[in-house]
Amino acid sequence: MKNERKRTFLLITIPILALFICFNTIPLIRGVMYSFTNFKGFGKYDWVGLHNYIDLFSDARVGKSYLFTFKLAIVSTIVVNILSLLLALGLNSKIRAKSFFRGAYFLPNILGALVVGYIFNYFFTYILPALASMAGLDSLSTSILSNPSKAWIGIMIVCAWQAIAMNTIIYISGLQTVPEDVYEAGGLDGVTGFKKFRYLTFPLIIPFFSINMVLCVKNFLMVFDQIMALTKGGPAQSTESISYLIYNNGMSGGQFGFQSANAVVFFIVIVIVSVAQMKFSGKKEEQL
Amino acid sequence: MINKKINWPAMILLILGLSTIAFPLYLTVVIAFKQPSEMTNTISGILSLPKTWSFDNFKEAMRVTNFWQSLGNSLLISVVTVVLSVLVHSLMGYALGRNKSSSKFYNFVYLFIVSGMFVPFAILMMPLAKQTAEMGLANWVGVILLYVVFFMPMNILLYSGYLVNIPMALEEAAKVDGASTWTTYWKILFPIMKPMHATVAVLTALSVWNDVMTPLVIMAGSEQNTLPLAQLNFQSQFGTNYNLAFASYLLSLIPILIFYVICQKQILNGVVNGAVK
Repeated sequence: MKNERKRTFLLITIPILALFICFNTIPLIRGVMYSFTNFKGFGKYDWVGLHNYIDLFSDARVGKSYLFTFKLAIVSTIVVNILSLLLALGLNSKIRAKSFFRGAYFLPNILGALVVGYIFNYFFTYILPALASMAGLDSLSTSILSNPSKAWIGIMIVCAWQAIAMNTIIYISGLQTVPEDVYEAGGLDGVTGFKKFRYLTFPLIIPFFSINMVLCVKNFLMVFDQIMALTKGGPAQSTESISYLIYNNGMSGGQFGFQSANAVVFFIVIVIVSVAQMKFSGKKEEQL
Repeated sequence: MINKKINWPAMILLILGLSTIAFPLYLTVVIAFKQPSEMTNTISGILSLPKTWSFDNFKEAMRVTNFWQSLGNSLLISVVTVVLSVLVHSLMGYALGRNKSSSKFYNFVYLFIVSGMFVPFAILMMPLAKQTAEMGLANWVGVILLYVVFFMPMNILLYSGYLVNIPMALEEAAKVDGASTWTTYWKILFPIMKPMHATVAVLTALSVWNDVMTPLVIMAGSEQNTLPLAQLNFQSQFGTNYNLAFASYLLSLIPILIFYVICQKQILNGVVNGAVK
């Protein structure tokens, strides 16, 4: 009897584990191996040791893509969390047609990022400049996507438009866990307005705050579709995200080996950021 | 003490805020129905309603992007991935969840697979493009296999977490009746995990349906498109005819909008469950 159970579990685990190793572990190992070669994606290649990694740290284009990706991730995370928390507070207050509003505000999240990007591309290229020149704002009368110092703002807006929907829903489920009697007790002590939020609501939804932080940072660091739809890395390579650079130069630019090294570094960065966030949010929760 | 008054300021702000959602959608619909000659370079030319509501743009967009084939591929990939995910991941979640506290081997396998969550697609992309080509899997079958692997860490985490709350007594009772572990799983445990199946199905379906990168990297040479991929190719070929392009975008959004209208409650629950657990 006992053996039958053990055997069944092994028969389940082994094939599925094999599938996982085949399409996750082996490619990962191969990726690390390619990073030590000068492979172009085809033909012969040689081992070059740490050469790619040394080049990586002196490559201005790679450095720029890291700066851009982190700037986008940090600013978007802050913007998204502030707006979605406000939106969640609004959607959780005493309003009519609550489920209609919640459904409508979640809509952007289910739409494909690529198509959303194309729609916003049109908006930034034609509508926003036309509106700006009507309003007499000269600085916005050309498309922000063709301006190297402003294009990232366009990308941030599109990322935020979709991410706010997701974060809001998570904040709402957080707000619903706050028991009504906390507010009643606070009301007796005369706590209202922003103080009520700062000292009563926010401490109780910190777990949801950390979920949102982790989700946001991880998704924004891997941003790809929006770049593809809005700028293709331009203008003047000002909006190349790390994923986009690896895809673009690695798959078709003949830098298979070099971009593999970039991907390995990116992988390590993602692990460090995720572990740091989990450590940090774990501590925060303990303090409660 | 409970205040029943409706919060009108919040309500008004929420209605105004909706315009940020409605405006891009309105833009899409209006442009999709217009003819290029109606598009003057003024705001009113772009945003006014079309003179006639003709479906010509949609017919043309369907023909150019091979809409029905792309839709079929997207549906096929999404449905098969979701079904396989629910079957395979729940089974694996069960095997690992039930044994990881008592066996070092299963605990290691569990941690090994779950830590796959940290691996970004960027590092797998280039080797996988090579590997799937070598294995003759540079097509929709390969894409499905990859999805089943990519979503495994997250889904196993969800399933084994859910199993913690299902008492062992159920399985033991079935065993006393002479049922094998395999039968017990499919007859008793699988149906009990239904709420988690819904969560997994929703999360997997949404990510698969909207994913661009995997089919782009794997299926690039196969002359087959998924719906998002068709938009990408369309954009690079006919990007300047905006009316046709927007008709095509709108067509690609309609299936997921229908799905959302029908299953809104399940989708919202699924997304929250998946994120919070």
